[in-house]
Amino acid sequence: MTQHKQLQVSAIENGTVIDHIPAESLFVVINILGLDTIPNQITFGANLDSRKLGKKAIIKVSDKFFEDSEINKISLVAPHAKLNIIRDYEVVEKRDVEIPDEIIGIVKCFNPKCITNNEFIKTRFRVEDKNDLMLKCHYCEKITSRSELKMV
Amino acid sequence: MKNKSLVSISDYSRDEILHILELAAHFEANPNQPVMRDKVVASLFFEPSTRTRLSFETAINRLGARVIGFSDSASSSTSKGETVKDTIKMVSNYADLIVMRHPLEGSARYASEQADVPVINAGDGANQHPTQTLLDLYSIQKTQGTLENLTVFMVGDLKYGRTVHSLLMALSHFNPRFHFVAPAELAIPKEYKIFLEKKNIAFVEQTEMNNLDKADILYMTRVQKERFSDPMEYERVKNAYVLKNAMLANTKENLRVLHPLPRVNEIHTDVDASPKAYYFKQAENGVYTRMAIIAAIMGLK
Ligand SMILES: [Zn+2]
Repeated sequence: MTQHKQLQVSAIENGTVIDHIPAESLFVVINILGLDTIPNQITFGANLDSRKLGKKAIIKVSDKFFEDSEINKISLVAPHAKLNIIRDYEVVEKRDVEIPDEIIGIVKCFNPKCITNNEFIKTRFRVEDKNDLMLKCHYCEKITSRSELKMV
Repeated sequence: MKNKSLVSISDYSRDEILHILELAAHFEANPNQPVMRDKVVASLFFEPSTRTRLSFETAINRLGARVIGFSDSASSSTSKGETVKDTIKMVSNYADLIVMRHPLEGSARYASEQADVPVINAGDGANQHPTQTLLDLYSIQKTQGTLENLTVFMVGDLKYGRTVHSLLMALSHFNPRFHFVAPAELAIPKEYKIFLEKKNIAFVEQTEMNNLDKADILYMTRVQKERFSDPMEYERVKNAYVLKNAMLANTKENLRVLHPLPRVNEIHTDVDASPKAYYFKQAENGVYTRMAIIAAIMGLK
């Protein structure tokens, strides 16, 4: 019953609920999706209990339906995120995020001698390995791995 | 290849590589072919490299084109803080082709995206130097009569040596067999071993310079002290990667010794007189190879 009540409070009529975001990645996700610059109604919850993640975050965006190419950008920081597509208060579709083949303008190249770290250039990587996460820089051709991952 | 930039050796297919080598032979047979008399080529050296610059500028001059540019960033506007982007945008209004060397990695790829004219990478930091690779291939083909099925020994700094990395990628089109001879600290990086395994190319790693009797090509590189985290380790291994003439005694007749130059002491001067020493001729081949690359990109051949 409490569960039901909680949902009622923050339910949205139409839009997208992004669930299972690692708590520490909430603001990065907001940033990557540019949610800080759109006029839509947005509610989010941080540091919620999660069996899978320990602490998780959740974002609900009214009247917003993401393209795959747009939402997949968050896969680097929230690989287990789940999307619930809501229409008329009902979940009409559930989706997982997927690591894209190319990553543009999100991640910094780890190589300090890379041109992208020295001039104002949008970074660009080809994903060489999705499990081990190896990103090959389009410019310096070096591999940035998960342990070296930093957002722009 | 016409109007296509050359940034990385992987920009060229096997057939494109072979086409360049064919053209290089054509220019070597007759070096004075001023087919670019009405063209201007910009030679932008954001860091000095006299050897590479002279080779390029000789090639440009032999093709009859004129050269504009600078030989180090102190004499260019970059010392006043101008970006690569602005320099390239400006120069591509003046020139039909840009040759560029820059200390930052990826600068050449970026320049090729900003320029309205093709860009040839003459070295971007530790990343790529594709014209060196093509002249190495030309030298190998010329001395062996083929690029196919050769046994290639690469010796020295295989970790940081970009010429080695590009050459092994280019040779991977031609079913080679590699021996990587390096101290543990400068061993060939894992990503290249994975690349070779995927392509089913055989390779052996060894820390000693032996079994040279198997080699068709001995590709020497510099072992630099500053690459070692422990200077004692450098002192311990440095002499193990020096080639002396006596070591060539039982090698194949067709073996040739290559080196991207300049050398420090990794090839003893007593090798210079050996008919198997090819590194000086290799440098000369650079002019013909660069003529071929420029002519192909300008669509003149
Ligand atoms: Zn990079």
